[in-house]
Amino acid sequence: MIEDEHKRLIRLKSNLRRRALIYEFIRVFFREQDFLEVETPLRVPNIAPELHITPFESEAWFLSTSPELHMKRMLAAGYDKLFQISHCFRRGERGRWHNPEFTMLEWYRIGADYRQMIQDIEQLVVTVTSKLGLSTIVKHRGQNVDLSLPWPKVTVRDAFLHAAGWDPVVEHDSLRFDTDLVTKVLPNFILDRPTVLMDYPAAMASLACLKPGETRVAERAEVFIGGLELANVYSELRDAGEQENRFLQAIEQISKEHGQQIAMPQKFLEAVANLPECGGAALGIDRLVMLLCDVDSIDEVIAFTVDTA
Amino acid sequence: MDIEDVRKNVKLLIDGILYNADEAEFMKPGKGRAIYRLKLRNLLDGSTVDRTYHSGEKVEEAHTTNREEQYLYKEGEHYIFMDTETFEQYFINEAQLGNRKNFLKEGMVVVMLMMGEKPIDITLPTFVELKVIESGAATKTGTVTPQMKAATLETGYTVGVPAFVEKGDIIKVDTRTGAYVERISTKK
Repeated sequence: MIEDEHKRLIRLKSNLRRRALIYEFIRVFFREQDFLEVETPLRVPNIAPELHITPFESEAWFLSTSPELHMKRMLAAGYDKLFQISHCFRRGERGRWHNPEFTMLEWYRIGADYRQMIQDIEQLVVTVTSKLGLSTIVKHRGQNVDLSLPWPKVTVRDAFLHAAGWDPVVEHDSLRFDTDLVTKVLPNFILDRPTVLMDYPAAMASLACLKPGETRVAERAEVFIGGLELANVYSELRDAGEQENRFLQAIEQISKEHGQQIAMPQKFLEAVANLPECGGAALGIDRLVMLLCDVDSIDEVIAFTVDTA
Repeated sequence: MDIEDVRKNVKLLIDGILYNADEAEFMKPGKGRAIYRLKLRNLLDGSTVDRTYHSGEKVEEAHTTNREEQYLYKEGEHYIFMDTETFEQYFINEAQLGNRKNFLKEGMVVVMLMMGEKPIDITLPTFVELKVIESGAATKTGTVTPQMKAATLETGYTVGVPAFVEKGDIIKVDTRTGAYVERISTKK
């Protein structure tokens, strides 16, 4: 049964008010640290080729799947601390925690690595929570989650060895990785604390650099709270040749598996060559709002989803 | 159908067995592939099983229909129903009905889930009205709580009722919980 629109919007009002406050506190958090808020295009000629992220086409262009490429082009030109709150579009992603159009908070810091970006996330979440007048122990889905710092960290290798009985750093099986992550590893995380999953296998580095001294893994981490994937961080890859190779592989796989032709983002590759050492983070704002409103569905924090628009 | 299109309560035919998707969860690590987790309920025996699917996989949708059917009578293990439009008769086994047999009264109209010409499952009305054929005194061992006593209904089902309910009364029962709701009429 489809809920009456008037009733739905009235019911969502308190969550949407809190959502607006969260935006306000996020902006204060970054401005106080001299970050510049920027806007990059939502309709773009190129996206980062990634096998499991499918774009919507818009005439010959795409709706942005992430603001990453444009923000890094600004970093390469000399901007040092940037943040953006932008809508991203990913085709086919719909479920209790997904809407094909969602809101991403993305930020970059020159001179930082993924560890510092994790600290940024910790500070940001704790600051926003406290400004909302909530205690560091928040209730989510009937479970108390203690947000006090620092958050527990575990490597992908240890988490998989413990919960799934194999080492994805040594064995390469991306299908098994994705399945076991969702069905075994995440359900095994402690429920009353956030978990930071560190050091993804090199094959899943995406746009992150490899770890110096242990190149089988990348300096990439993901933050999970209450079973929700909240944020993704990288020490950003600065080797344009390596980045081009990764993209070429992804372009080939996308063409083979989905029959879709994705062009190489040339302007971005030129920028990578000039990228200073930096870290980046992307945080799903809808998920953060879900956590801080204690709701279990993305439909409770968005006024109009793909099903109600 | 594509696994992407499976929603809650879609009926699926997997290895020849009819299932209801009690839950259909879309899960996707940000950079990883989409995983679809279904909680499937076997519509014949009620057992449940979890299955995991990936993008691009297909499942067979069962073509089921809902029809209004009237319960006629019981014959051995079979409960006989009749389609109210076509007058075709169908039966369902006692085991398939489970506790719901406690609320079936001759002449009652239910919604029958059919796959082709095969009856699969019935949905009872939320409330049914049944006659009390026996009710003990409030002090008997059949007392359910201090204020309630046991009463046997025309279907053979025993339910806790307030002390004022007597043999011959018609009472309303909630078929979801099996509990007494209210007295509808008293014995004339």
